[in-house]
Amino acid sequence: MANVTAPKFADVKVGDSLKSLVLPPVSRHQLALYCGGSGDHNPIHVDLDFAKKFGFKDVFAHGMLSMAFLGRLVTSWVPQKQVRGLGTRFTSITWVGDVITVSGKVTGKREANGEKLVDLEVKCTNQNGQDTLQGSATVALN
Amino acid sequence: MQLDKGLIGHTFKPFTTVVEAGKVKLFCKAIGEEDPIHTDEAAAKEAGYPGVVAPLTFLRALQADDPDKGGLLRMLNVDIGLILHGEQHFEYFAPVVVGDKLTCQQKVIDIYDKKGGALWFVVQEMDMKNQAGKLVAKGRGVTVVRNPDPAKK
Repeated sequence: MANVTAPKFADVKVGDSLKSLVLPPVSRHQLALYCGGSGDHNPIHVDLDFAKKFGFKDVFAHGMLSMAFLGRLVTSWVPQKQVRGLGTRFTSITWVGDVITVSGKVTGKREANGEKLVDLEVKCTNQNGQDTLQGSATVALN
Repeated sequence: MQLDKGLIGHTFKPFTTVVEAGKVKLFCKAIGEEDPIHTDEAAAKEAGYPGVVAPLTFLRALQADDPDKGGLLRMLNVDIGLILHGEQHFEYFAPVVVGDKLTCQQKVIDIYDKKGGALWFVVQEMDMKNQAGKLVAKGRGVTVVRNPDPAKK
């Protein structure tokens, strides 16, 4: 992961795919770590009794945990200092045990503010093929 | 349940927080991030950063440092068990590194409902400036509130 070398703007084509990340199944332990690490202490992600009280069958992952996976995908392709934007919609819930694949592809190339920019579609998809996050990112290349 | 649209435009009191190495390290452990630029100063500097780098989405975690954390939910009178994260977007203007002292300012941009009031949406923006007064990032989040009224489910 260290010393990521960004591709050259000229070498990138619309439709190019990034190498996907397949993550270990989401565990209760990971949600506890993210609860502490993110400062998001909403009990719905770690306390089964609380989650059930609000109508959920189980605890579920923080949306921002999955968004961090989108960030990991983008920074596995270009160094973080070249990332100009990252955004997502959270389209379905990620449950404990879900196996998330993070994928991305190039959707556009443009120049703005004196920089050569590449737009990406990035998403998280669960083991059933359902998208849990549908997002986008913008990176600057040379 | 009906959310108060009068809160559109409400600006929260800014707060200042320092990006701490230990928090970044735990955050990285939680998300499975192993790039040493987030934990090792020498590696970060070699990679061209001024210090240990906070991951892209760590910026949202800084919201938890607001001494008035949860203020929006209290103003809206919404129970935390009813909220979901609908959207999150960041624009990045400069790297954020450990030791940075960031001043964060949040604002309510919009409040609206869908599905006849079954779901409410609260849009917030946050500007983050570093100790030099430079805008380093902007965040925009959409919080979804599930209406607990039986008639609205």
